[in-house]
Amino acid sequence: MYDLKALYEAESVSHAIRLLEEHPDAKVIAGGSDILIKIREGKLKEPELVSIYGLDELRGVMLEEDGTLRIGSLTSFSHVTKNPLIQRHMHVLGEAVDKVGGPQIRNIGTIGGNTCNGVTSADSASTLFAYDALVELAGPDGVRVVPIQDFYLKAGCVDLRHGEIETAVLIPKASYEGYAGHYIKYAMRNAMDIATLGCSVNVKLSEDKECLEDVRIAFGVAGPVPLRCPAAERAAKGKKAEDETYRQFAAEVLKDIRPRESWRASKAFREHISQVLARRAMEEAVNRAGGEKR
Amino acid sequence: MEQRKRAVGTSVNRVDAYDKVTGRARYTDDLCGREAYAARIIHSTVANGRVLSVDTEEAKKLPGVVRVITCFDVPKNYYPTAGHPWSTDEAHQDVSDRLMLTDRVRFYGDDVAAVVAEDEVTAARAARLVKVTYEEYPFVLDVEDAMKDGAPQLHDAYPGNVLNHTGIRSGNYEEAIKEPGLIRIEGWYDTPSVQHCHIENFVCYAYEADHKINVTASTQIPHIVRRVVGQALGIPWGKVRVIKPYIGGGFGNKQDVLYEPLCAYLSMQCGGHLVKLDISREEAFNCTRVRHAIRSHIVSWVRPDGTYAARKLTAYSNQGAYASHGHGVVAKGMGAFPQLYPCPHVEADCYTVFTNRPVAGAMRGYGIPQAMFAVESHTDDVARAVGMSPIEFRRKNVMPQGYVDVFSKNENYYDTFNECMDKASAYMDYERKVREYAVQTGNIRRGIGLAVFWYNTAVWPISLETSSCRMVLNQDGSVQVQVGETEIGQGADTAFSQMAADALGIPFENVHIISSQDTDVTPFGTGAYASRQTYTAGFSIEQTAGLLKKRILAYAQELTRMPVSQLDLQEGVIVRKSDGRPMLLLGELATEALYSLSHSEHLTAESTYQIKSNAYSFGCTMAEVEVDIEACKVRLIDIVNVHDCGRLINPALAKAQVHGGMSMGIGYALSEMEKFDAVTGRTLNGNLLDYKLSTAMDHPHLEGQFVENYEPTSAFGTKALGEPPVCSVAPAIRNAVLQATGIGISQIPLSPHVLFEEFKKGGLLDV
Repeated sequence: MYDLKALYEAESVSHAIRLLEEHPDAKVIAGGSDILIKIREGKLKEPELVSIYGLDELRGVMLEEDGTLRIGSLTSFSHVTKNPLIQRHMHVLGEAVDKVGGPQIRNIGTIGGNTCNGVTSADSASTLFAYDALVELAGPDGVRVVPIQDFYLKAGCVDLRHGEIETAVLIPKASYEGYAGHYIKYAMRNAMDIATLGCSVNVKLSEDKECLEDVRIAFGVAGPVPLRCPAAERAAKGKKAEDETYRQFAAEVLKDIRPRESWRASKAFREHISQVLARRAMEEAVNRAGGEKR
Repeated sequence: MEQRKRAVGTSVNRVDAYDKVTGRARYTDDLCGREAYAARIIHSTVANGRVLSVDTEEAKKLPGVVRVITCFDVPKNYYPTAGHPWSTDEAHQDVSDRLMLTDRVRFYGDDVAAVVAEDEVTAARAARLVKVTYEEYPFVLDVEDAMKDGAPQLHDAYPGNVLNHTGIRSGNYEEAIKEPGLIRIEGWYDTPSVQHCHIENFVCYAYEADHKINVTASTQIPHIVRRVVGQALGIPWGKVRVIKPYIGGGFGNKQDVLYEPLCAYLSMQCGGHLVKLDISREEAFNCTRVRHAIRSHIVSWVRPDGTYAARKLTAYSNQGAYASHGHGVVAKGMGAFPQLYPCPHVEADCYTVFTNRPVAGAMRGYGIPQAMFAVESHTDDVARAVGMSPIEFRRKNVMPQGYVDVFSKNENYYDTFNECMDKASAYMDYERKVREYAVQTGNIRRGIGLAVFWYNTAVWPISLETSSCRMVLNQDGSVQVQVGETEIGQGADTAFSQMAADALGIPFENVHIISSQDTDVTPFGTGAYASRQTYTAGFSIEQTAGLLKKRILAYAQELTRMPVSQLDLQEGVIVRKSDGRPMLLLGELATEALYSLSHSEHLTAESTYQIKSNAYSFGCTMAEVEVDIEACKVRLIDIVNVHDCGRLINPALAKAQVHGGMSMGIGYALSEMEKFDAVTGRTLNGNLLDYKLSTAMDHPHLEGQFVENYEPTSAFGTKALGEPPVCSVAPAIRNAVLQATGIGISQIPLSPHVLFEEFKKGGLLDV
């Protein structure tokens, strides 16, 4: 039994916005895999909820005319993974969200919920950061689009204004075309876990597959919100795709990550693992981009 | 004898399979009436202290709240909680140190007050409104600290926090170590507090009716719960009726009396209204029981030829805040020490020490997984020190065939250890892998590890072993069977049915085992623990079947005019022995017996068998790992357990039991550990996310094999298998990591955090 004050079911995006305006304290519930846990733990007391779970228009993945990959916010993790467009253009995202919890959670959990929850360990987040994804929000004042790096404000807090709901995650064509990526979830067990560290790397190789034309890397749980490592990216960009580059790249991540010391893992441990993951994710990304395995 | 083999030894389907698969099997929560009030416990938020006041005013005002009961309201009847048979000798009784609610709190999570409300949500809201003020005392979480002078004290009756200290002295250790040329090997071995994580949380409900307090509970020990509820409430034990329906696992946690007394009391405070106490997973972690964390120190004196001259063990067991099963757990582990590798000169000491941690109780293996981690890790360390292979060293030193333990009179009738190691070696291709993995460089390295284990069956001669059985014949020749032994998910009912069918001489399908137990009706029994039930129930089933058969054949004599000595019951048919002619169907006989106008008789039998024997149950684990050094990860590639648990009653169920135990052992080895906050004493990871119970994705194929040596002391040739599968898994994995990396880690779990530190220390990581 959950301790709810009220549950309002939205029939459309505009209805959801209206409900949120009418009930200023209400929270949005989609799949419920985060909200219901908070209620059970007593962190969210007697809440009013606006459910958007019935809004099928927010489900699914499509290519827009300009080639932007549009992922509806209610698309479940398992649907993201199985989607042919994702598999073709952004395979790594499908793999990343396939690492969430277990099959039941992946069937109920949504990519919108994962991003709006604002936690650094979200398995979708580091890959979305690494692909410069955009978040589309609909609210009383219309629609706005925010880069995901600006969307995450601080731990557990995103730039979602009152009355707004997230409607889609957008990946511009320039951001995915020609790139190949790899995500490593480092956790204490192989299922039903939250990342101790998540690392997503993607690369674009030169024509001859010898050089790293572009490199992007993002971490989850290396700071209060997911983060990019500009120093590491700079160190690798334009360099030859080879061991020495990967080594430097891995060492440079320490300049930007800010891991915590906690009972879950020590700072020294996280710093060590960050470098291991950066190098391994880079090697695999290069491999996937058609570079030679060295 | 041929006859008996029909059901026993075959993999018949579980008797409860269809009900469980279709969801018809009813567990405690399914059975509880909708009118039940919901109870919620308010737990201590300090690790050591005294409750100064409990403000219940706000909670009482909340609509829907029925009662708020505090530690100042409950009767001061101190009671023991361990699921041990009661002793009529006061000196051997378990420690009575619990109250239903307490003002003297001894761990973060202790039980201070309870609310009863019309529904769960109201109960939860009311619980949040109860305000408790404490006088806080300093607390202690570590055994070493708890034994120091000036440490915070938990129980007045146990100054210095030591619940008990016992020892073993055989030969003359001090003299023996003077032998010239001995190699001294010393090690400390640490095991963590872990939790049982049975799928069904503890749940119970209680109401008054028929001049009794009726308690239905998810328990392994219904008859013991009846006694303890009586003790806690201060009422005659016959006024308590306990019902045990289907149980979703216990692993020893439910071999303690948990909240049954409190639930019964709350019902009585609500005019006998139905009250349900359904605890959360978090409460299961923090407030029920955990496995004892044990720190062991072993010193071995070994001759260069690889034989032991003298050995010494000191073990410190973290009891947590209350006595529960207490000293018996570490003492059982200590008992294994001189037996597994016999040596003429042994000194052993074990201490059980109170700390302000959650209470440690029984958990699958009862001290043996801890002892085997220490002993079998140490065995590899010793083998390495004398330059012998782990298997060669064990073959040379392990308990030989014909060994007899003076105290229990247990005998190792077969060359069990070697047979088990042979089988495991063959499966693993052990010798080849030992050679192949001997010299490795690079980041990814493989290793193979071995550990054996010692276990015995049941609790005789330390404690009472008794089993009672009742059989009732129906009109159609089928039979109801009831035993005091408890089905808790392990498949006991199926094994009992198989044994009953063969002992009586009727088809398996004609045995109706009564799974739900009711202390008003079910024959007396002490419950599911010590891997005892197939062994103990076997005796009373065989004896009771014999009695019933005698009555059946006596009645058959009237109908067939054949002497009883000429008759037998086979497959549900009365046959004449001399020529094997079928004389009468058992169903025909039973109908006649019940409805006869000349001689009506209800054919039943009931008897008790007191078991004054015990049996060794041995085996081993071999594990192969791949270590990713820089990622600080161990991947288990392959694992095999080989057991000699005597004759298998049901091979498929036996294998399933082994798989479950191996899974539990894998978590123990690699990921599971309760962590505590040094500032507050709170359990940091008391939930299924932060506590890393291993998942199916963390397991390779689990190979379970058997050596079936008939156990001569047993009614059906069988012995312990419930707990043994968990006992040797962790040291085998640890020893595999040792072979892979050359680093012998002295603690579990081998989590990435531990490996990070160990690999740094060992120079494998350049950090």
